[in-house]
Amino acid sequence: MTKIKNLLSFVTQSRAISHTNPREQILNCLTYGLLVIVALCAGFLLWDLSSSPRDGFFHGKRDSQTLILDLEHIQEVAVNAEAEQRARNVNCTFWDCLNIYKCEHDRLKVYIYPLQEFVDEQSYKTATTLSSEYFQILEAVLKSRYYTSNPNEACLFLPSLDLLNQNVFDKHLAGAALASLDFWDRGANHIIFNMLPGGAPSYNPVLDVNTDNAIIFGGGFDSWSYRPGFDVAIPVWSPRLVRQHAHATAQRKFLLVVAQLNILPRFLRTLREISLANSEQLLLLGACESLDLKMRCPLSQHHKSLEYPRLLSRGKFCLLGRSLRMGQPDLVEIMSQHCIPVIAVDNYVLPFEDVIDWSLASVRIRENELHSVMQKLKAISSVKIVEMQKQVQWLFSKYFKDLKTVTLTALEVLESRIFPLRARSSRQWNTIDTNARSTFNPLFLPSLAPKSQGFTAVILTYDRVESLFLLIQKLAVVPSLQSILVIWNNQKKSPPHLSTFPSISKPLKIRQTKENKLSNRFYPYPEIETEAILTIDDDIIMLTTDELDFGYEVWREFPDHIVGFPSRIHVWENVTMRWHYESEWTNQISMVLTGAAFHHKYWSHMYTHAMPGDIKDWVDEHMNCEDIAMNFLVANITNNPPIKVTPRKKFKCPECTNTEMLSADLNHMRERSACIDRFSKIYGRMPLRTVEFRADPVLFRDNFPDKLKRYNDIGSL
Amino acid sequence: MQAKKRYILVFVSCAFLAYAYFGGYRLKVSPLRPRRAQHESAKDGGVQPHEQLPSFLGSPDLQELKLLQSNQSKSLESSKHLLPRKPDCRMETCFDFTRCYDRFLVYIYPPEPLNSLGAAPPTSANYQKILTAIQESRYYTSDPTAACLFVLGIDTLDRDSLSEDYVRNVPSRLARLPYWNNGRNHIIFNLYSGTWPDYAENSLGFDAGEAILAKASMGVLQLRHGFDVSIPLFHKQFPLRAGATGSVQSNNFPANKKYLLAFKGKRYVHGIGSETRNSLFHLHNGRDMVLVTTCRHGKSWRELQDNRCDEDNREYDRYDYETLLQNSTFCLVPRGRRLGSFRFLEALQAGCIPVLLSNAWVLPFESKIDWKQAAIWADERLLLQVPDIVRSIPAERIFALRQQTQVLWERYFGSIEKIVFTTFEIIRERLPDYPVRSSLVWNSSPGALLTLPTFADSSRYMPFLLNSMGAEPRHNYTAVIYVQIGAALGPNAALYKLVRTITKSQFVERILVLWAADRPLPLKKRWPPTSHIPLHVISLGGSTRSQGAGPTSQTTEGRPSISQRFLPYEEIQTDAVLSLDEDAILNTDELDFAYTVWRDFPERIVGYPARAHFWDDSKNAWGYTSKWTNYYSIVLTGAAFYHRYYNYLYTNWLSLLLLKTVQQSSNCEDILMNLLVSHVTRKPPIKVTQRKGYKDRETGRSPWNDPDHFIQRQSCLNTFAAVFGYMPLIRSNLRMDPMLYRDPVSNLRKKYRQIELVGS
Repeated sequence: MTKIKNLLSFVTQSRAISHTNPREQILNCLTYGLLVIVALCAGFLLWDLSSSPRDGFFHGKRDSQTLILDLEHIQEVAVNAEAEQRARNVNCTFWDCLNIYKCEHDRLKVYIYPLQEFVDEQSYKTATTLSSEYFQILEAVLKSRYYTSNPNEACLFLPSLDLLNQNVFDKHLAGAALASLDFWDRGANHIIFNMLPGGAPSYNPVLDVNTDNAIIFGGGFDSWSYRPGFDVAIPVWSPRLVRQHAHATAQRKFLLVVAQLNILPRFLRTLREISLANSEQLLLLGACESLDLKMRCPLSQHHKSLEYPRLLSRGKFCLLGRSLRMGQPDLVEIMSQHCIPVIAVDNYVLPFEDVIDWSLASVRIRENELHSVMQKLKAISSVKIVEMQKQVQWLFSKYFKDLKTVTLTALEVLESRIFPLRARSSRQWNTIDTNARSTFNPLFLPSLAPKSQGFTAVILTYDRVESLFLLIQKLAVVPSLQSILVIWNNQKKSPPHLSTFPSISKPLKIRQTKENKLSNRFYPYPEIETEAILTIDDDIIMLTTDELDFGYEVWREFPDHIVGFPSRIHVWENVTMRWHYESEWTNQISMVLTGAAFHHKYWSHMYTHAMPGDIKDWVDEHMNCEDIAMNFLVANITNNPPIKVTPRKKFKCPECTNTEMLSADLNHMRERSACIDRFSKIYGRMPLRTVEFRADPVLFRDNFPDKLKRYNDIGSL
Repeated sequence: MQAKKRYILVFVSCAFLAYAYFGGYRLKVSPLRPRRAQHESAKDGGVQPHEQLPSFLGSPDLQELKLLQSNQSKSLESSKHLLPRKPDCRMETCFDFTRCYDRFLVYIYPPEPLNSLGAAPPTSANYQKILTAIQESRYYTSDPTAACLFVLGIDTLDRDSLSEDYVRNVPSRLARLPYWNNGRNHIIFNLYSGTWPDYAENSLGFDAGEAILAKASMGVLQLRHGFDVSIPLFHKQFPLRAGATGSVQSNNFPANKKYLLAFKGKRYVHGIGSETRNSLFHLHNGRDMVLVTTCRHGKSWRELQDNRCDEDNREYDRYDYETLLQNSTFCLVPRGRRLGSFRFLEALQAGCIPVLLSNAWVLPFESKIDWKQAAIWADERLLLQVPDIVRSIPAERIFALRQQTQVLWERYFGSIEKIVFTTFEIIRERLPDYPVRSSLVWNSSPGALLTLPTFADSSRYMPFLLNSMGAEPRHNYTAVIYVQIGAALGPNAALYKLVRTITKSQFVERILVLWAADRPLPLKKRWPPTSHIPLHVISLGGSTRSQGAGPTSQTTEGRPSISQRFLPYEEIQTDAVLSLDEDAILNTDELDFAYTVWRDFPERIVGYPARAHFWDDSKNAWGYTSKWTNYYSIVLTGAAFYHRYYNYLYTNWLSLLLLKTVQQSSNCEDILMNLLVSHVTRKPPIKVTQRKGYKDRETGRSPWNDPDHFIQRQSCLNTFAAVFGYMPLIRSNLRMDPMLYRDPVSNLRKKYRQIELVGS
């Protein structure tokens, strides 16, 4: 406030010296201007500093209701330890202890109670103290998409009461504190995080707090205490994690590393016996004399002390043994070093067990079989070890790498129970998504397509009516043709009236498109009622009935492949370091032209709705490469090559000498090479696969009466 | 104003501003101070707020450690919690693993002798089928001391005391069993338990003790986690094996079914489980949602009927159950009196995606099967949301769900045999020495029953999931030549020629000769030189010594079985096996080409000699033909590539009945292999190029020239089909040729020139 006084005095001063020279006057004006600005700023700052923390300068944009994790501004709440508490309901299931009516919104919403300190009315003891880990958990929920500040729209309630480690708080008081929560309602829809349950001497695997119907996110369940489908098993967090850079399997000298300090003595004895016989393969470490938890010392005296948990990366496998508690922080420590956990804890419910397939990333051994652990591990092939290690690494980075990830994973597990429709399948939870080569074929039904259904011919035409009619007539006699759909891609001219079309015995429909786009040929029109689509250009009139019929027959046997006639190949050119599109007749193919090819209608759907990148737009813009795009799409999803049928190599017949054919253009070919380059960049890999075979009828070129052959008219180029 | 003053003034005010901006928090009221400090320091990359707090682990970690190291540890170990004596069974507490170390065998108690409890009650048809399936399987042992699991001779399927199949006095019958031991290592199959009015799922009418329950309609609370197995409910006419295939024959996208959601069934009006079905009429709209119920059931339904019953019954009669099943995208599977219903399997088979409305039901084999990929969970409490739920599912998801219903039906639920075997495999995976299959294996074709985890621990060594893993089979092949006749071996003998041809192939890694002929083995020096390619000769007759290394006497008692050609020999280290008869005549190009084709279809048999099967109406039996036809369904293993996993499957999985048929006839092993592979893949084999004859005709006394041989093969085919319960073979109309095969282009451009020279 002294400042303002200063200001005033300066103003009076300035009046007194107003007769000075103009240069001075300008400078003075500038000074005063500056002072006014300074004064305004000061005023604003002072106003801001004295205002309430909720809508302060740093939080001005937040909703006024939003919780702030303010450590110093914790409200004290008195609780009555004598108030009624109910013990944990062991018979809880998802179906009766969770109030589903609170979760009818379209997504999972979690309300967090404000930070409060619960103090006993009589003894003035505080119930719990907040730990760093629990603060991070609260923070993770707060910043996640699950958070809501409105308790009325919340499906789940997260108390801010830290119950992570049962040893550090008063169990009874904590129960009373829970029961005193505003929306407690016997614990329905409340989630309680707990990592170290139980205490001496019983070491109960579940939190000994009266949690009633609350859902427990517990770090140490055994299969008796875990309420399947209701509780969620989470890992016990370790504050000792250090970052690990991938260690190749070959560098891992030891088959098994045991560095857990609190293994029960009888198992430790077993391990000592094993280590005597396998000192080269088993690294058995114990606590150092200093009792520094970041160091481990070998039980035999030969080695130096080692830094924990980094030393775990010396082993291919690391043991998680039975201790007083089921869950141990060692599991995440092991995983952080990309070591494969060997779990020797009977009936331990592993973290996120209902979604994570631990068989891919761990070895389980019964406590009583611990003596045979080395034999069991030695029997595992090196390929499997590498696979498991990759899986461990991926699981860790995906679900365990920090408390935020762990919290969000736990919430997602719960979300997938409450909204099963949006739940990920076990494949999606467990497949390494960074491997571009691993795919999932959406056409996985292992059976041949039915013969009876036939195929729909989709003819893309612009205005070549004459050739179109000829083609329709030819197609109509193919026995396996079910119907014809003409896609009239010309907006300036309407298609000829249906009555002028050749009369055929099969259904014929015409559809005029809104835009002249090449992609229209791959649109999954509702008129297509069959699985198989034959996409065909309006000028492809040289294919014989037998060829088409046989083509369909081949497609039936390979319904997830593209089955076509003329084929192309992609070649890598070492000189230009680019892909090259090749139409020469070679011994190999990797694409078939969709000027006449069969494919499943699902691929049309994928082409239209799930084409990666801007491929689809690019194709429409350049009026080229739609067939290459389709070949890429199918190859990328299935890892399957296309199938070429019959010797047919070209669509042009010798007598039709159309020099203006687009494909003949050299420029066109160059553009197609560029397409391959472009698409492979978009996919991040070259999905096309090269094959050396084509499909022919069984009796093709056999010296056999033609009458007895089912497909005769096959063989021209 | 003096310049000096002015500068001081400006400087002071700027300093004040800076102070207010950066250090102004000091001016604030004290409780707010630290928060601001945190924000400031966080900005500077300083400590995060949580770093000021203590870790939850604290020091007890060390205390516990000291406790363990101290003398108290002995008393700790003996304390109660470490020796679990909990009420509920787990494998570790209620199962004797020592009985199961080497093999997983199942013993069935013989039918009860006549005793004081009266005549042994008749077993129901379904229980008899379960017993038959086990008895004829590889799990079965008649020796109780070798058994890991025991199956009761007492029918426990129906424990509804009002039912006619209910067996009385079960507790005393159990007490008489010689190995009962409070149910340890026993498995009890059950479909129904409890009775009117509460249908309690845990009232079996006897104490199952420590026996594993394989039970239908289990609830979450009742199932002993990791111990009991939930099985599906199946009706009385359920087939023993094979069974009907899934009814989804076409894989249309989108499915375009007439109805979106359908249900037709009884409602009970009163009592347990009636609420859900009573309110189904709210969802019925007669257009795309057809949910019709009837009150008619039992004798006295009229006494309990409510005022909706007449209207419901009228609607009910308008729809046919089968038609609804076939023409609906989703089928509602609500709970009945019990949690499970027949409807679940019926919907699954029909490819009608089950919409489950049965809270707390543990779905069949839930520990292994990921039902999210084949069914939709709804909640009885949110019944009215069901229409919105099913409408919100996108077409792609429906497409995948429907396919998965078929995969699961075919692999695990199609027959009683499959259900029983799946139950056994789930229990078996809990044994210490048996590898655990991944969820991917369980939930994709060909499924866990056909994927023996003892073969290899990685799916990379199996032919099935390579494509989805983005992997390829390992390179090169092992040629296995089976010598049965052992004709006089001149220097130009067909066998030597064959070895020479194989040696020239660029992909061969090893040659294995299986010598099953009576003649003695030729001397080592007489074999053609194979340069760097190892040649192993294994004598199967047992009379002569082998030339190469490796196990020699693979003889079984009596004469050696022809199935020995498919034993998984250790010498076969490549994924591809080229199986050859001694007199096969193929050129090197043919071998190389067939191998490249096989690499794209590693799960199938790829080879030259094709045969076909057909249904002979006149004989009412399957026929076998070697004539030239437009199709084929068998590729003989006299010259074919296949994955070495099939050797393992052939030897370790096929029913012993089938292997016995092969041994007795000394024939048909190649047909059996084709049936096996088609059974696994549901796809035909692949024939390559034109070649039909693949035998050196000059070889004298080939069994192939014997007319009886052919008749025998025909009868084999019928026996095999009977044991499989259906005909697994599938026809193909195509063959694979090299890209430029017989094309009018210069021969020099062609890669496989020798093939061009071979006629049919």
